[in-house]
Amino acid sequence: MKNKNDKKILENADLKPIDKDLFSNAYPETVPPLNKYMEKLANWARANSLWFLAFGTGCGAIELRPLLTSRFDIYSKGIAPRPTPRQSGVFIIGGYSSVKTLKRIIRSYEQMQNPKFVISLCSCSINGGMYFDSYNTINQIDKYIPVDVFITGCMPRPEAIMAGFDKLKERILAGKTEGANKYVENFEYYKANQKKIIKDWNMPDYNW
Amino acid sequence: MNLQLLTKIGYTCISIAVMVIYGLLAGGIMARIRARAYGRYGIPVWQPFLDILKNITQRSAISHGMMFYLGPVFRLTGGLGTYLFIPAVLGSAIFSNFSSAGDIFLVMYFIFLGQLGMALGAGEGGHPYSGIATARGLAQMSAFELPFALSVISLAIQYDTFSIIKIVEAQQYGVLSWTMFTNPLATIAGFIALLGMNMNAPFNIVIAPQEVPLGPPTEYPSQFLSMLQTNRGLFLAAKLTLFMNLFFGGATSIWMLFVKTFIILLANLFVSVSFPRYKPEQSIRFFLKYPTVIGILSIVFMMFK
Repeated sequence: MKNKNDKKILENADLKPIDKDLFSNAYPETVPPLNKYMEKLANWARANSLWFLAFGTGCGAIELRPLLTSRFDIYSKGIAPRPTPRQSGVFIIGGYSSVKTLKRIIRSYEQMQNPKFVISLCSCSINGGMYFDSYNTINQIDKYIPVDVFITGCMPRPEAIMAGFDKLKERILAGKTEGANKYVENFEYYKANQKKIIKDWNMPDYNW
Repeated sequence: MNLQLLTKIGYTCISIAVMVIYGLLAGGIMARIRARAYGRYGIPVWQPFLDILKNITQRSAISHGMMFYLGPVFRLTGGLGTYLFIPAVLGSAIFSNFSSAGDIFLVMYFIFLGQLGMALGAGEGGHPYSGIATARGLAQMSAFELPFALSVISLAIQYDTFSIIKIVEAQQYGVLSWTMFTNPLATIAGFIALLGMNMNAPFNIVIAPQEVPLGPPTEYPSQFLSMLQTNRGLFLAAKLTLFMNLFFGGATSIWMLFVKTFIILLANLFVSVSFPRYKPEQSIRFFLKYPTVIGILSIVFMMFK
């Protein structure tokens, strides 16, 4: 849908008319990376200061807590939890996502700022895992938000999660983690998948 | 513009830069020492700089309006104002800032100004937890201002002046002339108020990252957050310098300033690692009990001296 200035805007068809004023209907935009050397510096800073969203979406979150203790100590690698999606850069999908949680995952993911990275923990978010034939959980998180690193296991041990973080750092330093831009470029695809499975969509089309 | 003005501007820029770097580095060192007390290794000491660099290079930053933009600006103004009217190093050309134009009450005003401006900005964010967090932060700030103001009044009676330069000059006659030894009650009340000001445990619920309402910065992303983090370094250095000037004899060289402020911060840390957090209502009740009584006693003793 386009408005009179020929800029794309969102329909927000699932909002009640009285609520439409409260939410922005601006279409999300891609933000290209900076020039070569500035982007290298920025990627180095991002790789050494990873803040993940402290939102435990499933049982995988239990494996994140030992990382903060003295045995594994991820603080020494610059990784720290943050309570709000506005300030975090990494979203760890820990475990199964029920349809109800998926709605909240989408809401939190869209509130994060560009650039943002997603780690998909445990088999349930990769291929359905133990709950592959459940009516209530989704089998593949990759269809709904773009994922950068997959960590298999049920649960993966803290050492495996740390190896996953190292892999994410490698990818960030190589400049391969453009998940936020990929989400905007394939917005119709992701949104269609999301709306097919989430029946009670009473949010705006993009949660700014 | 004449040469004197340009030189003064240059010295001010150097002074602010040194204090920002020192404040952030001291924060990193304290976090590492705290981690060692807990049996971990902790963050690298340069991690605050990396966090600021990461936040500055974020590609998008959501804003909620003009007042939202101005929140961190107010906060940084408060930090700059607090620092620039304190004589960091007595008698130094570079580090004496604009202390001849200010006094202790101006500095206290700027301490408050930053937080109030942030409250307006955080309110426009529309986040439901911003309101809770701002209310908690401001309530605790009002509570710790009471013992701090009482100890400052006691100092004003003792030294018969409001100017920080004169208070520092009166303490230059050896270690036993420091306010810590001539007016210990005011020092104790001031130290407890400093724990609240630095938001160290047990009073750190207002900015603890484990809380969802993590203080006024709740809704601020990216570059706004980097501005707030820079202010955190400068503001910490300013408060420690003020405290050193009022109670610990000031500094006649920059290295003495680093040593003394580091020791004050270490004393803060010893309290901080030993205690869990107070809830906001507990911390307000605490500040209005013993520290206030100690402050009042210090005024009474000074009046009868």
